[in-house]
Amino acid sequence: MSTPRAPSQFALQSRILHWLMAAMLLAMLFIGVSMVASLGDYHTLVAIHRPLGIVILILAAVRLANRLLTTLPPFPPTMSHQERFMASSSEKLLYGLMFAMPLVGWGMLSAGHYPIVIFGPVHLPPILPAEPMLYAFLRKTHTILAYLLFLTFLAHLSAVLFHTLIARDRLLDRMALWPIRSRQSKG
Amino acid sequence: MAMLSSEPNEAPPAELPRASLILRLAVIGAVIAGIAGLFAYAGGWFTPNALSPASMINTFEKVNGLHPGFRRNHAKGVCISGYFESNGRGVALSRAAVFPAGRVPVIGRFALAGGQPYVTDEAHTVRSMAILFRLPDGEEWRTGMNNIPVFPVRTAQGFRDLLLASAADPATGKPDPAQMKAFLASHPESAKAMPLIGNHPISSGFDNSTYNSLNAFRFINAGGAAVPVRWSMVPVQPFEPISNTDPGKADKNYLFDALIAAIHSHPLQWRLIVTVGQPGDQTSDATTAWPPDRQQIDVGTLTIDRVESEDTSPARDINFDPLVLPDGIAASDDPLLGARSAAYSQSFTRREGEHKEPSAVSTAATKQ
Repeated sequence: MSTPRAPSQFALQSRILHWLMAAMLLAMLFIGVSMVASLGDYHTLVAIHRPLGIVILILAAVRLANRLLTTLPPFPPTMSHQERFMASSSEKLLYGLMFAMPLVGWGMLSAGHYPIVIFGPVHLPPILPAEPMLYAFLRKTHTILAYLLFLTFLAHLSAVLFHTLIARDRLLDRMALWPIRSRQSKG
Repeated sequence: MAMLSSEPNEAPPAELPRASLILRLAVIGAVIAGIAGLFAYAGGWFTPNALSPASMINTFEKVNGLHPGFRRNHAKGVCISGYFESNGRGVALSRAAVFPAGRVPVIGRFALAGGQPYVTDEAHTVRSMAILFRLPDGEEWRTGMNNIPVFPVRTAQGFRDLLLASAADPATGKPDPAQMKAFLASHPESAKAMPLIGNHPISSGFDNSTYNSLNAFRFINAGGAAVPVRWSMVPVQPFEPISNTDPGKADKNYLFDALIAAIHSHPLQWRLIVTVGQPGDQTSDATTAWPPDRQQIDVGTLTIDRVESEDTSPARDINFDPLVLPDGIAASDDPLLGARSAAYSQSFTRREGEHKEPSAVSTAATKQ
């Protein structure tokens, strides 16, 4: 009946935020790594990279608030203590990087004396003083964090694939965009 | 217990047969390796010899030697500041905040083309003027212009080929004429541009040079109408030809010293002349000029009243990326624009993290 119990899936808005941001972050990583290697498309890609980064920063804030306000579905029993610890740690790392990447990018452009153009005449104020060494440091940091984000994403994807294909514990159901009826609710 | 999936009636999945387990592990491995491979491909890791911002700047470093802390091209320079006074005539063409009548502050830099920061001034070295217009609402317009009528190459690849062809041969200390011949044979657009550049009259100094955008851009007005444009900074100071007795041998910095002395004695001025292209005018080829009868509009006057060594000016740490543009000015389809933007960024990132050596054009010289 109406006895409160743990949900079988993440809240709908959590699932939407997850897949939307997954697509955006992956696109961002590929745009980023392409643009620094590209002479021909550099400017076009940067013009997408900057505003997309700011959208991700805003969504990261929305997502963090949502994360703190919603009840999570439990881990499947197939996950060991160490696995649960790894999952929670990588979640924290991903949240940290979702904030750090755009903030470092914004700070880096500020330190590099660049106007932070979003689109047309819309631009953001600098958040750091213009300072050559600070720019160089943040520019390097931005790259290192991007690789870290990419590796964390690969680890996350590997774990989900392992659970889905090997453990077959329906872990992915928790994040499916469509509703999944747990077997319990039939009973 | 509250654990949903630990329901006793939910049977754990049957153990996978060995072959199926291996297949599934292989699928996981392939997916992960595939994504990682695509990422590496996008980052150019499989094509290390392709033309990239890094390989472009590596070529500059190879040809000029490594000079940490300096721009990899246009390395020798001096910083300037002043203001641009718009007369309002640009508004019809572009809604950029620089064009309504009024004054905006500028900072900038005069430089000599080439990647050697301590090179001796030569009259025939390409001179550049870079300007950053600080617009009232925080927007910026950055432009780098040269005192040549057309650009010698059409593409980034052409530019790299030209750099290598005109590099000094280590055996003779001079460029190899055979290399240049081969370059011109494979780049007919450059073969046509070179005589235009060679026959263009050179003025006596930085102060009476005309500086041209070379690349085409687009001006977009308040109604959304776009026109192709090029622009030039045309000196108010009268043209004087280079003297026959080149004092360069006596004074390494004679061009810069004359510029500094001129700014100290009176402000220097240039008119910003916008040339409006017609439909059909080539915008993707900086080696060709538009027909001389194209409409030219004087949109305002640049006044330079301060000169400062790179050692103290903030302009040293500004990347004069030609695609830092305000709303109302946009890139054309000229492939050099994106390439300049990318290569300048690479040069900027490298030099900003390096220890800074004093500029050849020193503060002492600029103070007089």
